[in-house]
Amino acid sequence: MSNTENNLPLWEVFTQKKQGAPYEHAGNVHAADKEMALQNARDVYSRRNEAIGLWVVPTDAIVASTPEDMGPFFDPANDKAYRHPNFFKTPGAKF
Amino acid sequence: MDDQQRELHFNERIARGEVIEPKDWMPERYRKQLIRMMSQHAHSEVVGMLPEGNWITRAPSLRRKAVLLAKVQDEAGHGLYIYSGVETLGISREELYNEFLEGRAKYSSIFNYPTLTWADMGAIGWLVDGAAIVNQTVLAKGSYGPYARAMVRICKEENFHHKQGYEILATLMKGTKEQQEMAQDSINRFWWPSLMMFGPPDKESPNSADLLRWKVKLYSNDELRQRFIDRTVPQAENIGLKIPDPLLKWNAEKDHYDHGDINWEEFYNVIKGNGICNKERMKARREAHENGAWVREAALAYARKQEKVPMEA
Repeated sequence: MSNTENNLPLWEVFTQKKQGAPYEHAGNVHAADKEMALQNARDVYSRRNEAIGLWVVPTDAIVASTPEDMGPFFDPANDKAYRHPNFFKTPGAKF
Repeated sequence: MDDQQRELHFNERIARGEVIEPKDWMPERYRKQLIRMMSQHAHSEVVGMLPEGNWITRAPSLRRKAVLLAKVQDEAGHGLYIYSGVETLGISREELYNEFLEGRAKYSSIFNYPTLTWADMGAIGWLVDGAAIVNQTVLAKGSYGPYARAMVRICKEENFHHKQGYEILATLMKGTKEQQEMAQDSINRFWWPSLMMFGPPDKESPNSADLLRWKVKLYSNDELRQRFIDRTVPQAENIGLKIPDPLLKWNAEKDHYDHGDINWEEFYNVIKGNGICNKERMKARREAHENGAWVREAALAYARKQEKVPMEA
């Protein structure tokens, strides 16, 4: 990828839609610094009150799993059905 | 797995209706076609600000001015959503801009028509954004995740654009004779170019087969064009506007409108750069980019001074 002196760094944007809601990934913006990143994120992802809270994170700082991980990386969870409540027999009782 | 097996697997995923994400394996042609199509779309959103920006200072009331400003700002946002999406395919924002500014990437031919009167703000919102909605609603169900998600977001906002345009025309059609004529004149100029927005007829569309096979597009250009016409004609009749097509006629048997031939020569001519405003639009974009260079430099210099700036890899 080309990169020259004047390329503004990339930031990932997370928005909180309402009080108590989790922050969710909304997209990304280019910005020179934190403040500009927050302002750009507001202008791009919350022009209609879609957010009451914003996080911006330098894209480089995000560590992600890869599609190839899909099987082996997550399979420790596959054989542990007892982590779910419906694994258990509770004859007659109401919960 | 070799590439042939990967492609087989990829095609199966597409057939099952799965969504392709940036890190997933994809055929090089899929990636290239998406970059071409999405960047063209992003550039169109950005250039699309120019014909309407032309009227911001001359909007007839504060209400109209605030609305137009908000709409133009949305178009900038739409460009950014799609640029973000294209970047996931491994091309940088800067490369995308350069392709565009050097004239190597296209944008929608509709924006090479001038906006001569206030009524054109109505025609653009109603017809141009109306056509865009028909296109984008379907693209929102396409196979590439980042593109489809950008379209969902855009479609939500586009409905405001569409209705504000219609309101402008409806108001003019209730006005003086001059205002009615102004509205009709605008439709006369924008109707055919709006139909061209769906791209060349199916039999002459070189990229359609691939895009349909990969479910980036779900309907052909002609199908979407027909959908737009069927939807739009009654809206025109509702406020007394005449569609400038003497051959336009409801066909009860087909359950569609028949329409006259589109002047494709004009379409190709505009794409080649010979439209009324091609040079002006490119000049405006180049100047905006060049005149903004010092701002980008200053912002970066300031950020570096503050240190701990995350640098792009």
